Amino acid sequence: MSDATLTRRTAAELAALLEGGEVSSVEVTQAHLDRIGAVDDAVHAFLHTDGAPALAAAAAVDAARAAGDDLPALAGVPIAVKDVVVTRGQPTTAGSRILADWVPPYDATLVTRLRAAGMPILGKTNMDEFAMGSSTEHSAFGPTRNPWDLDRIPGGSGGGSAAAVAAYEAPLAIGTDTGGSIRQPAAVTGTVGVKPTYGSVSRYGLIALASSLDQAGPCTRTVLDAALLHEVIGGHDPADSTSLPGEATGFVAAAHDGARRDLTGLRVGVVRELGGEGYQSEVRAAFDASVEALQRIGAEVVEVSCPSFDAALAAYYLILPAEASSNLAKFDGMRYGLRVEPSDGPVTAERVMAATRGAGFGDEAKRRIILGTYALSAGYYDAYYGSAQKVRTLIQRDFAAAFAEVDVLVSPTAPTTAFRLGEKLDDPMAMYLNDVATIPANLAGIPGISIPNGTDAAGLPTGFQILAPAREDARLYRVGAALEALLVESWGGHLLERAPELEVSA
Amino acid sequence: MSTFTTDEVARLANLARIDLTPAELERYAGELEVIASAVARVSEVAGDDVPATSHPIPLTNVWRDDVAAPTLDRGEVLASAPEAADGKFAVPQILGEE
Repeated sequence: MSDATLTRRTAAELAALLEGGEVSSVEVTQAHLDRIGAVDDAVHAFLHTDGAPALAAAAAVDAARAAGDDLPALAGVPIAVKDVVVTRGQPTTAGSRILADWVPPYDATLVTRLRAAGMPILGKTNMDEFAMGSSTEHSAFGPTRNPWDLDRIPGGSGGGSAAAVAAYEAPLAIGTDTGGSIRQPAAVTGTVGVKPTYGSVSRYGLIALASSLDQAGPCTRTVLDAALLHEVIGGHDPADSTSLPGEATGFVAAAHDGARRDLTGLRVGVVRELGGEGYQSEVRAAFDASVEALQRIGAEVVEVSCPSFDAALAAYYLILPAEASSNLAKFDGMRYGLRVEPSDGPVTAERVMAATRGAGFGDEAKRRIILGTYALSAGYYDAYYGSAQKVRTLIQRDFAAAFAEVDVLVSPTAPTTAFRLGEKLDDPMAMYLNDVATIPANLAGIPGISIPNGTDAAGLPTGFQILAPAREDARLYRVGAALEALLVESWGGHLLERAPELEVSA
Repeated sequence: MSTFTTDEVARLANLARIDLTPAELERYAGELEVIASAVARVSEVAGDDVPATSHPIPLTNVWRDDVAAPTLDRGEVLASAPEAADGKFAVPQILGEE
């Protein structure tokens, strides 16, 4: 089987080929490493790749299979991991100069689970510094480019993970979603992205941005692949005090159920506040067509109002910087990472910290830390941080009221398709608006998925967001798989197949 | 609402222990003014009767039995430190600062 054929396969297809002995994990892993070598100079999805350990892991799976061992579902399928997730013995930078040479001495729980599932780790993917951004232009190591159009952004902060999957460099990737950083990149790259219920995938070993919002999840090309990966990384972790009890099961079954394309009895709520002003007309048109498609297979659609969502963006941009200013305090040049001494005057710990943080953090990190310091400072705490936490209560109440009427809520994932690199870099508020539809789910801790659902006039992909109540992630897979099956049938293949071929370097 | 003068940004940067250049102070003052104006509306949305929510799920402390277990390898941890000496982190002078 040729390399090109292997890299075009979904994770579920690769798992079946591996299980049937038609291909080895070493072949699959090497094919993806070759693809990375061929296209990543142009895409820059990866900050670090590790061929030898990935191939060693693949060989170990092949040996176990040859010995007749009973292996996990995705054993031998390679994966890419966002560089905010720590990996023992492999560099982890969070896209920041301040961690440029850091090699973690331990694995994140989800990495431990990937390794236990026999999944070779291809490398670490590019991201906005400490996951602050909506375009992956705030990486200290240069931007990632959208495989659909290399002059455009791949979304953020997990643009590297989404681009790696869209460019066929990895069949699967891990992302983290603090305000939409899995779903929004999925929308603009024509891939599938899932933010699981808060606490259902361990955050142990994720470099925290905003602890009450961060959630790791799958970046894939199909809904079934996301369900398969979610079952590998999810489930209770005693090492994480915010980890929910229980196992991660039922997602794959829900995806298979959805693929039968029968949503009879399902109640779908269209969120009035997520889709009006500021949404590109083609995004809205694709959304309307997808809602009609759901109706055709039995779903009952009603409009619901969540009035507090209008304040979600403002609340988010107070809560996130406040938590970030605290979480990022540990990057001080004392125990790990960069250390910069002041250019003049005494070399004291305090002055080294300030010099290190001044040189090590990029623009967006500095901007948000200062905003967070302000929001938490004496005299402003009640007006800003305290009020934002009240808005969070109202948003949770809006969701609770809506889910009393409907089973899932839907909206466009992002207000526009991918914009050009540099277009919004000097306008932080314009950049922040990209996450307007994804942020409410993070404030309330509920799960969400983005499915590719169309293209604009320039041929760039749009995304369809489905939200479910906390711990009802299986609904995302059922409804997502149903819509995906309808769309793939109408298009005669996956949307990603319409992306232009990338030029392969020698 | 406070106005983000360069002096105010300098004060906040000092609290946050981040050295900023004069050009950064100037730029952040303008940008933060815009952002703060946009987010200030949160104080108009919720009244005194609305309780604050700090976290999406109720949190409880997690305990484990107090038994000895392997720790991180000291050599691996110190290998990523900016400076180490005698098996410990070496840090700049902490006491006697102004």
